[in-house]
This record gives sequence, C-alpha cells and structure tokens, in this order.
Amino acid sequence: MTSRRLIFILGVASLVCIVVACAFGSTPMDFTRVVSALFGLSSAGDHVVIWEIRLPRALAAYVVGAALGASGAALQGLLRNPLAEPGVLGVTATASLSATFALYYGLAASSAYLLPVYAIAGALAATALLAAAATRIKSVVTLILLGVGLSSFSAAAMSLLLNLAPNPFSLTDMINWLLGSVANRSFEDLRISMPFIVAGIAILFFSRRGLSALTLGEEAASGLGLNLSRQRIVVVVGAGVATGASVALAGAIGFVGIVAPHLIRPIVAYDPARSLLPSAMLAGVILVIADIGVRLLPTATELKLGVVAAIIGAPAFIWIAVSRRVTYD
Amino acid sequence: MTSLVANKVSVRAGDTLIVEDASLSIKPGELVAILGANGAGKTSLLRALLGITKASSGAAYINGEDCFGMPPSKRAKIVSYLPQRRPLAWPLRVRDVIALGRFAHGAALGRLSSVDKAAVEEAIESCKLGQLQGRSTDNLSGGELARVHFARAIAAKAPLLIADEPVAELDPRHQILVADLIRQFVTNGGGALVVLHEVALAARIADRLIWMKNGRIIADGTPQETLTSQTMEDVYGVKAHVSSDPRGFDIRVEAAT
Repeated sequence: MTSRRLIFILGVASLVCIVVACAFGSTPMDFTRVVSALFGLSSAGDHVVIWEIRLPRALAAYVVGAALGASGAALQGLLRNPLAEPGVLGVTATASLSATFALYYGLAASSAYLLPVYAIAGALAATALLAAAATRIKSVVTLILLGVGLSSFSAAAMSLLLNLAPNPFSLTDMINWLLGSVANRSFEDLRISMPFIVAGIAILFFSRRGLSALTLGEEAASGLGLNLSRQRIVVVVGAGVATGASVALAGAIGFVGIVAPHLIRPIVAYDPARSLLPSAMLAGVILVIADIGVRLLPTATELKLGVVAAIIGAPAFIWIAVSRRVTYD
Repeated sequence: MTSLVANKVSVRAGDTLIVEDASLSIKPGELVAILGANGAGKTSLLRALLGITKASSGAAYINGEDCFGMPPSKRAKIVSYLPQRRPLAWPLRVRDVIALGRFAHGAALGRLSSVDKAAVEEAIESCKLGQLQGRSTDNLSGGELARVHFARAIAAKAPLLIADEPVAELDPRHQILVADLIRQFVTNGGGALVVLHEVALAARIADRLIWMKNGRIIADGTPQETLTSQTMEDVYGVKAHVSSDPRGFDIRVEAAT
C-alpha cells in the first residue's frame, strides 16, 4: 500500500472514531444529534455536552495517542529495536514523576504552563540519558534494561511522594495522574499541551529520513552521510517534547507506542520513515477506541484509560518480544 | 581529479596506538587492497579516513579538502563506504536497501527522484539483483545479501569506494562474484580501497597491495613487487611459498612461525 493511501485511510478512521466517541457517554446520543451539535445546530444542552465534555476528551485521547505512537516509532528507529517505547524506556514514568513533583509542591498552581513544562523536562532528561547511554552501550537489550531501571526508579520516587502525601485529596490527585486518563479534559487543557505535542511530532517527522538510514546500523548510516549526533539529538528532543506534553495532558499511558508501530511496519515495508505518521494516527485511533471502551464497560467506577491500555498493551509487548525474529545485539 | 590521500594518520584508543603514521592514496581507476593480520589496524584506518573515528594526528584529504572536518553528507557523495558489520535492523525490501545508497543525494524511500531511480536501477542491473528486488531481506542467503549491500554502496555513484572485508564469510563462488563487481566498478572509472583477508584473491584483482602490521604500513606496491614469502612472514607470521606465473600467484602456506 502506498503511504499516501494508508494516511488517507487512517485519516478517515481518525475522524470517524472521534465522531463516534462523541456519541457515547452517560446520555447516549444518536449520530444526527452528534453531528448537528458539532456544527452548532443543536439544543444548548447537546452543544455543551459535545463541545465542553466529549469532543475535548476524544481529541485529548487522539493527540496523546499520536504523541506516543510517533515517539515510539521514532525511538524504535533510532535504537533499532521494536520494543523501544516511551513507557518501556521509562520516559513516561520520569515525565510523570517530574509532573507529580510539581503538583506535590503546588508549583503547578502558579501557571497552567508549568505542568507541561515539568513533564517535558522529565521526559527530556530520560530520553537524553538513554541516547547518551546508547552511544556507549552497544547492546540494545542492555539499553532497554536501563530504561526498565529508570522506570522502576521513577515508580519508587513516585511511591515516596504518595507515601508522604499530606492529605487524601492530593493523594487522589496523584493517583489519577499515575493511572492515566483523559476524562474531564477541556479545550483549555488541549490548548496548553497541544502545541508541544504538534511541535514534537513535527520534529520527529523531519528526522525521519535518518531513521531509514539507521536500519543499516550506525556505522553504515554515518557512511551514507547521516550526521549521527544530530540525528540522536533531534529524535531525543522530538520524543521528549511529544511524550512530556502527552503526560501533562493525560498522565502515564503505556504500550500504545509499541503496538501501533508494530501493526504499521509490515504495511510500509518496514521503513521507519514511512511508519512514523501512520503509527501516530493509528495510536490516536487506538486510544480513542480504548477510551470509548472505558465508558462502555459497566463498572461501578469508570476505568482509567492508562489501566486499560496497559492491560491490553503489556501482553502485546510480551508477544512482540517473544516472537522477535531480527536479533541485533 | 578525485582522490583520497592520507598523510601520516595515527589513531589512538586510550594509550594504545592502533594506527601509526599511515600514508596512502587512491584515485579512480585503481583497486587497492589492504592486507594484514587481525588487529593490524585496517578497519581503524578506514574509519579514520572516513571521519567515523577521530584520528589522533595526521591529515586526510578528499580532492584536496580536509576530510576530517567535511560534513558527512558531502563526504558521502565522493566516498561510499561498505562496513565490515552489516546489520539490518528491519527486514527492508532489497530495492529499499539499495535505495538507501542515495541518502546523501536527499532520497527518501518510496519517493525517489528520476535520477535516484536510475542509479538504483543501474546498481540492481550490475549486481544482477533484478529477480530479488522485491524480496524482503530477511529471506536472502549470505551471498545474496553481500551483493545487496554492495549494490547499495555503488548506488551512491560516488567515484571512490571503501569496502571493509566485502567477501568475508562468503563461499568461493560468491567471493569471485563480489570481487568481479569491485573490479567492474574500477573498470568503469571508480577507485576502490578494499580490506581483504584472502591474499590470493587480492593479488588477482588489486592493482596495488598495502600491507599493514601492528598499525603501520610496511609495504605498498603492486602484487609483483610486494607479495613475497618475506612479506607473508612479516605480516601474517606464516612460512609461505609464493610463486607466480603469467596466470597469477600461487601461495602455499606451510606453517605458522
């Protein structure tokens, strides 16, 4: 399939999913009501439900998925391993830790932009550490173990913050953050995080040709004329900004960055460059669908999106790890 | 005139001198083979010439321009490089791997310009990969893969080629096939600097042999001038009987010294 056709199909799927997502909720709405509300032709009540609650929520799920999908695809290209992903490598955990720290000390209250800034700073620190280690550690498995270590450390530090939480309210706040959710997100939240997500994905998109070259290994890629250190920096910054901003918007949501690129790769003949944008779009679609599922499941308390993503994603991770054919260490 | 000239290049790893004062030159129409025992510094020398590892002293010039400070994309248009280790992280299609050879010219897979397409076609043609071009690289034999990587290297259409052990781990037939491709590249006006372990093959195809031992170049000349029992002993530490007739060299390794 050509890239253009794939992107067109995913574009249509994205639109359909977002519109369908607007139809589900505590009051089900039929398709005509959703569409007329979207175009401002409905009752004031419907308008509020769609524009204030459901549409921003669906869009938040989509852009968070897109950020994680693009970051996953780019990190997999850079590190030449299908298991690389912001969640597995500890990038989301570090971003969450940094953001929780800001919440804990009330730093986030002074400006709405401080939360994404803290999350992005945490994500950048983790990606930079990984990329710096990648130049020395030749084994990708060791690198992933480093990410697992980073992830565990962030989880431990986070537990410490929870342990020391001053009151049950801040505890609930932090737990919501940890589990990952897009419930109750507003256009205001989107306005703050989305520019960073778009910028991060754009940065990754401009580095995509180098990712194809890296298929041949670092030595051949630099022989091909790729500036390796610049490529590393660009991917680190792009993935750090996109992942950090997605954490600021929805908390920690794992594994979607592994699953989407894994499904896209065979369709684009395994070219890391051509898998970037389709992976972002598919990851967005997956999270919007997962978020519809979260609302449909008849549970007493609404499930958190991050929990559902992990329940589906973790077995997929194990399956990909076990069935991996290319061994490059 | 395109040329690659190294002037007293040294490479250091910590306190150890891996390459010491190596000077050499290659130009189009010339096939130069580098020979030497494992650990003689062959790969390190190549990597230093390409600016992949830093030379601790000395200088190298591509067309008279300092190649250590040259942007990688500019260097890649003049010298193409086929490294010793050739991993493939993803099972790309044969055609896509070859198209990566056009990277320095700004090519992106799936969106090749007509110039890039023509270069890729030519490389496929000359390496006889027409039948395989749509195949995935994860179900090719070692010999087929070696040809794919070679095609990738020449698709760049760079006037010079540096290849590190291009025939290692290949059966005799594929060794000859790849060696012929290198020879053909030189006949068509390219210049090649190739690391080889197969002395007889090197003597057969190369115009000049560069012999390295412990990081130093100890001989540089035509096979007739430099391929002797004495060089075999100096470089590899083996007692060898070397004789030549108009058809080529006969090398009989008798014992390790």
